[in-house]
Amino acid sequence: MSIMQFNGSAIVAMVGKDCVAIAADKRLGQRALTVSTDFQKVFPITERTYIGLAGLATDVKTLHDRFRMRVNLYKHREERTIEPKTFAHLVSHMLYERRFGPYFVEPVIAGLDKNNRPFVCNMDLIGCINYTDDFVVAGTADNNLFGMCESLWEPDLGPEELFETISQSLLNAVDRDAMSGWGAVVHIITPDGIIERELKGRMD
Amino acid sequence: MDFMMHSEQQNQLEPTQAPVERHSHNQWNPYVDNGGTSLIIAGKDFVLVASDARQSVGYNINTRYDPKAYELSNKTVLATSVCSADAKRLCEVLEQRAQLYYHKHERQISTQALAQQLSNTLYSRRMFPYYVFPLLGGIDAEGKGAAYSYDAIGNMERVTYKAFGSASALVQPFLDNQIGMKNQRGAEGERMLTREEALRLAIDSFTGAAERDIYTGDWLDIFIIDAAGVHKETRELKHD
Repeated sequence: MSIMQFNGSAIVAMVGKDCVAIAADKRLGQRALTVSTDFQKVFPITERTYIGLAGLATDVKTLHDRFRMRVNLYKHREERTIEPKTFAHLVSHMLYERRFGPYFVEPVIAGLDKNNRPFVCNMDLIGCINYTDDFVVAGTADNNLFGMCESLWEPDLGPEELFETISQSLLNAVDRDAMSGWGAVVHIITPDGIIERELKGRMD
Repeated sequence: MDFMMHSEQQNQLEPTQAPVERHSHNQWNPYVDNGGTSLIIAGKDFVLVASDARQSVGYNINTRYDPKAYELSNKTVLATSVCSADAKRLCEVLEQRAQLYYHKHERQISTQALAQQLSNTLYSRRMFPYYVFPLLGGIDAEGKGAAYSYDAIGNMERVTYKAFGSASALVQPFLDNQIGMKNQRGAEGERMLTREEALRLAIDSFTGAAERDIYTGDWLDIFIIDAAGVHKETRELKHD
């Protein structure tokens, strides 16, 4: 099993009508051993841009710190908050800098841009960006998430419908994956603000 | 902690690896994975069996129509996955044994008996298994829909729904949610579907699977078995 599957994770982001959602499980493990059940994998970058980092937990923490520093520098130099698309390119560049000794993470980025348009993308561990207008997934339950999202997601869902869709997708996906689960956290990003909810899940 | 893996264990590609062609000096392997997905849903008085028809090896498609689900009799259908050659042989053997039963007992073999026969047939090859994960659908003695799932060495379980094959990871959580009613508060246990609901879920499952799994697609064979017999329909899936 590769180092990408060492700690276990499941992250999904979805586009709705004038809103986006990003959700992740809360497990931290070492292979089959569960170490923690409240490990944070989704981080706020600005008030309306979030990043989820699936993969090796040590790199998740390191990268979050580095992103925070780079986004603060951007804010001071530019005197404006970073747009989700710009942030995605920042992440991509920082990952490609380590082309031959990569951070073992698959990032998922979700946010609303300055015109309140939804933005969702993911990338591989060396920063190859994939933009979509529906949903992106990452982690050890990626196939399960693809199956759920492909059948549950539909265009133009409102914030509450999107919450229900992303929650059911994530919970049912992690229940068929031994490496992720133990509860989840969902963030719905709307022009009016963030809705953050914690989900209880199966504890096995 | 060893982060590095032993090369012989390495069947799945890692994100940092390019696909490597396996050459003949790697030692001959009697098994091949032909991909494809099968699905079974049991209802009150019917059972639905569905399989896609793509047959592939690696990145090549051998044929776009090689049915994986076989009508064993007018009340049983066997759906298979993984190794197509083994699946075809297993089907022949099972048909032979059903014939043998017919001549010995002068009546057609029941679904339960055939289900047990399939388990015994698989276990009889314990040391050189058929590389097949079968799903058997039929009508039981009480007229209820009966669905059985097996592993390659004959472990048997009667189920209400199950997906096997290359897209099983995509389909099974969806069935857990929609038929098993998992993670839905207030819902009590597994749902008994109507024919229309089962058909719709099967089609939704396979269109989703064909979208993301390269080994699933082309055509979808759907069998609905009830007291009247086997009804088959073939639908189109994505061809890319």
